[in-house]
Amino acid sequence: MKNSPPKRPLQFLRWFCREDYLEEIEGDLIEVFGREVEDSPSKAKWKLSWSVLKYFRPGFIRSFSNSNQFSPMGMYKSYFKIGWRNLLHNKGYSLLNIVGLAIGMMVAIVNGLWIWHEFSYNKYFDNYDRIAQVVEVGLDLEEGGTYTYNSMTYPLGADLVEKYNHQFKRLARASPQQEKILTAGEIKTTSLGLYVDEEGPELFSLKMLEGTRAGLAEMNSVMLAKSVADALFGSKEPINQTIRINNKTDVVVSGVFEDFPQNTEFSEVKFFAPWSLYVSENKWIQERALTDLRNHFLEIYVEIEKGNTFESVSSQIKSALQFAPEDLEDAKKREAELALYPMSDWHLHPAEVRDGQMEPMLMLKLVGAIGAFVLALACINFVNLSTARAEKRAKEIGIRKAIGSFRSQLIGQFFTESFLVVIFSFILALILTVLVLPGFNQIATKNMEIPLGNGWFWVASFGFVTFTSLLAGFYPALYLSSFNPIRALKGSFRIGRFASLPRKVLVVFQFSISVILIIGTIVVYRQIQYAKDRPVGYDREGLIMMRKQSADFNGKYDVLRQELKNTGVVSEVSESMGSITQIYSGNDGWDWKDRKPEDEGDFATLSVSHLHGKTVGWQFVDGRDFDLNIASDSLGIVINESALERMNLQDPVGELVSWTWRGDENKVLNYKILGVIKDMVMASPYEPARPTMFYLKGHNGTPNWVNIKINPQVSASEALAEIESVFKKVIPTVPFEYKFADEEYAAKFGKEERIANMAFIFAGLAIVISCLGLLGLASFVAETRTKEIGIRKVLGASVAGLWAMLSKEFVWLVFISCLVAAPLSYYLMDGWLQNFIYRTDLSIWVFVATGVGAIGITLLTVSYQGVKTALMNPVNSLKSE
Amino acid sequence: MAQHSLGEFEELVLLMVAALHDEAYGVSILSGLEKELGKSLNVSAVHVALKRMEDKDFVKSRFGGITEDRGGRRKKYYVITALGKRVLDEQFALRNNIYNRIPKISFG
Repeated sequence: MKNSPPKRPLQFLRWFCREDYLEEIEGDLIEVFGREVEDSPSKAKWKLSWSVLKYFRPGFIRSFSNSNQFSPMGMYKSYFKIGWRNLLHNKGYSLLNIVGLAIGMMVAIVNGLWIWHEFSYNKYFDNYDRIAQVVEVGLDLEEGGTYTYNSMTYPLGADLVEKYNHQFKRLARASPQQEKILTAGEIKTTSLGLYVDEEGPELFSLKMLEGTRAGLAEMNSVMLAKSVADALFGSKEPINQTIRINNKTDVVVSGVFEDFPQNTEFSEVKFFAPWSLYVSENKWIQERALTDLRNHFLEIYVEIEKGNTFESVSSQIKSALQFAPEDLEDAKKREAELALYPMSDWHLHPAEVRDGQMEPMLMLKLVGAIGAFVLALACINFVNLSTARAEKRAKEIGIRKAIGSFRSQLIGQFFTESFLVVIFSFILALILTVLVLPGFNQIATKNMEIPLGNGWFWVASFGFVTFTSLLAGFYPALYLSSFNPIRALKGSFRIGRFASLPRKVLVVFQFSISVILIIGTIVVYRQIQYAKDRPVGYDREGLIMMRKQSADFNGKYDVLRQELKNTGVVSEVSESMGSITQIYSGNDGWDWKDRKPEDEGDFATLSVSHLHGKTVGWQFVDGRDFDLNIASDSLGIVINESALERMNLQDPVGELVSWTWRGDENKVLNYKILGVIKDMVMASPYEPARPTMFYLKGHNGTPNWVNIKINPQVSASEALAEIESVFKKVIPTVPFEYKFADEEYAAKFGKEERIANMAFIFAGLAIVISCLGLLGLASFVAETRTKEIGIRKVLGASVAGLWAMLSKEFVWLVFISCLVAAPLSYYLMDGWLQNFIYRTDLSIWVFVATGVGAIGITLLTVSYQGVKTALMNPVNSLKSE
Repeated sequence: MAQHSLGEFEELVLLMVAALHDEAYGVSILSGLEKELGKSLNVSAVHVALKRMEDKDFVKSRFGGITEDRGGRRKKYYVITALGKRVLDEQFALRNNIYNRIPKISFG
């Protein structure tokens, strides 16, 4: 219509004008316009616009700050009140929701703390972001990629100190961590320590409890950790007391520092001694190492100046690396150069990841993923229970909409409800976390704690609660608020056939994750068991090992052995270089008949005493052990099966083998093979045994371990008491410390067992959460079908039939989940197993058993409701209408 | 007498409300005044005066029925209150009094 009033000005009027004036003003304006439009439409329009503008004045403009004319606080209060009533009204569902969410959140919190803990490593040091280790980097020509090597030569250390010191603020050469006996009067203790340059304590920012960081200026001084100082001196003043290192060197305590916390690189280090002492204690350094460019034995730590970057310092020092003339060509090929390896990378990006171990970052990602998934499972419970109960709340939503509730307000209402549930869950989750953390720390070998005093923790918690409420409440809020009020109120509201589809998809997702976690756990356990069942090749029972910690053992071995044998509790004693549960050394330069030219002749080597074979229980497949009565056995050799296979000798016993020892001016030793033993698992139980040569002590390598086999007729505790008394008599200056071979062997599985135990816990929690959700859904379904079931029963349906009908749907869903999970978990676990050379197969039975188990658990969960409903008296369910 | 103050235009509107008795709403007041004054006014001025006087309790209002020519909006009818009438009377008496004191002067 041409003569209708102009829209824009009226819209503007409606926007700004007070609501109680609006109708009158608008009506009058339209009426005036109607009268004037006959004369001149355009003039009327102008006049109307002008009039509208004149209303734009105080008194007519509505208040924009509070358009509702009342405080919204009441609305929020109502949200909470209604949410709270809803929780109370459905106690069962609320409990399922809260417990499920709490478990999920607990897992997320624990995993979050774990990740936080991993990132906190080494932050204890004041100059965390300016400390680095000097390393050699280059191309790894054998395995590809790059290598990082942190052991340096003495000349390089000297060069950095003399020629490059202006590049660093501080520099400290350090020995590798050394285990030493510390003696103060009668008290002895064994501790790990470092020999460092004078600036070391300042560089590592030791928190001094007594003395100053300048305590290493004198050569014969030592700084002790608080724990060691307490152990040695008790309440006595430790400063200026004299202690003895390894019963040889007297040093004066010049300071006491706070023990390093567990999440530092040097958590085990309990004392610092001067670098000059290290050099003077080790004669070989002065004799051979001062100018040797091939002897890598020290570590170099530096602190750079503020404002300088590691990159720029790295580029300044990279060419400082020197090589012996014979290594020069090789080094060029490897493009070897010096670099700085920042402290922030030490823990999470270690230079070297051993076979079968997981990279820390990958591990962290896995931990994060598991936490996120378990939390998602718990949120799915919330989503499913809320939407399933939508029909019950359809009327409420209809009425709310009919009396003028906006959709945004309904969404607010539902978010408030999810927020309430999440808050309760979070409180419960915090309590649970406090309860489980000590146990979890034990499994994970960490010392995490909840940083309740840290403000950031609460900020993060608030974020976490908000995030979880949004995650859990998002879909229900949108879904429930979308109902059409007319249909909801007429009662013709029905959830369509496909409305439950998202719910089913979510259940399948839940159970797929749970089944994947379970299959993963089983595979990890099977792998560990597989490696444990592997023939070890020696007898660990009652075998104890003792490291010769100091020179006090020298010359005492024969007496010790004789005395021990005299007690009768010991069946045999031997010496070896390196413990039984590790491979201590390897050498090349071996030669034998028909050696293939490409074989470099490198073998693991172990020098042992006579009767070592008897002590540890060698199992001979050919030939014999060393014999004390045959003098020529001193040039005999025992090899293992892997070595035999490598050497490819038809008749090994009696064959001649030669060993060119580079360390000693290429001296050639000629050996004769005496016997062949079964492979022994000395290094990683997941790898094939290394080809190994066993030879009698006396040529190369000093045996530094004493092995004692306890008489099988005597109990271990009894035997240990006897051994200790003999030991104290023979070598009184050394603390009696020993290791059980079987415990050391078991420790090889520690890391994998930790992963397995944690996977077990998380998988268990995941399935518990999923089942809680299923329980809720099943009882809901049973509830809505009460009447139907009553009618069915009246018509003669059997309890078994009803039970099957109620359970079938859920069993189907779980079955589909298994089908989804099987290939995924196969892919994931196959990838994990590839880390191990010695590995179990992925048996189909793992998948079948997990599937059957999951369906069994499902049946148990839903059957409770199913049977309960099926057993109900139809009179009761039908009479109430 | 601050709260009883009455501006000139307000007085006119109030007079018109009283005159139209029960038929006074925005447009009828406007057209009545336009006819009396012989010039065109803006309806917003009427509304401003009405709202002010309503705040001062000189008039009171009620909604009428829906009529077609107003786009479905109801009319708002105004009637004068007792207070309004009294203020008007006082105003009239005041003016009359003073007027009566004018000596008979001829400007012829």
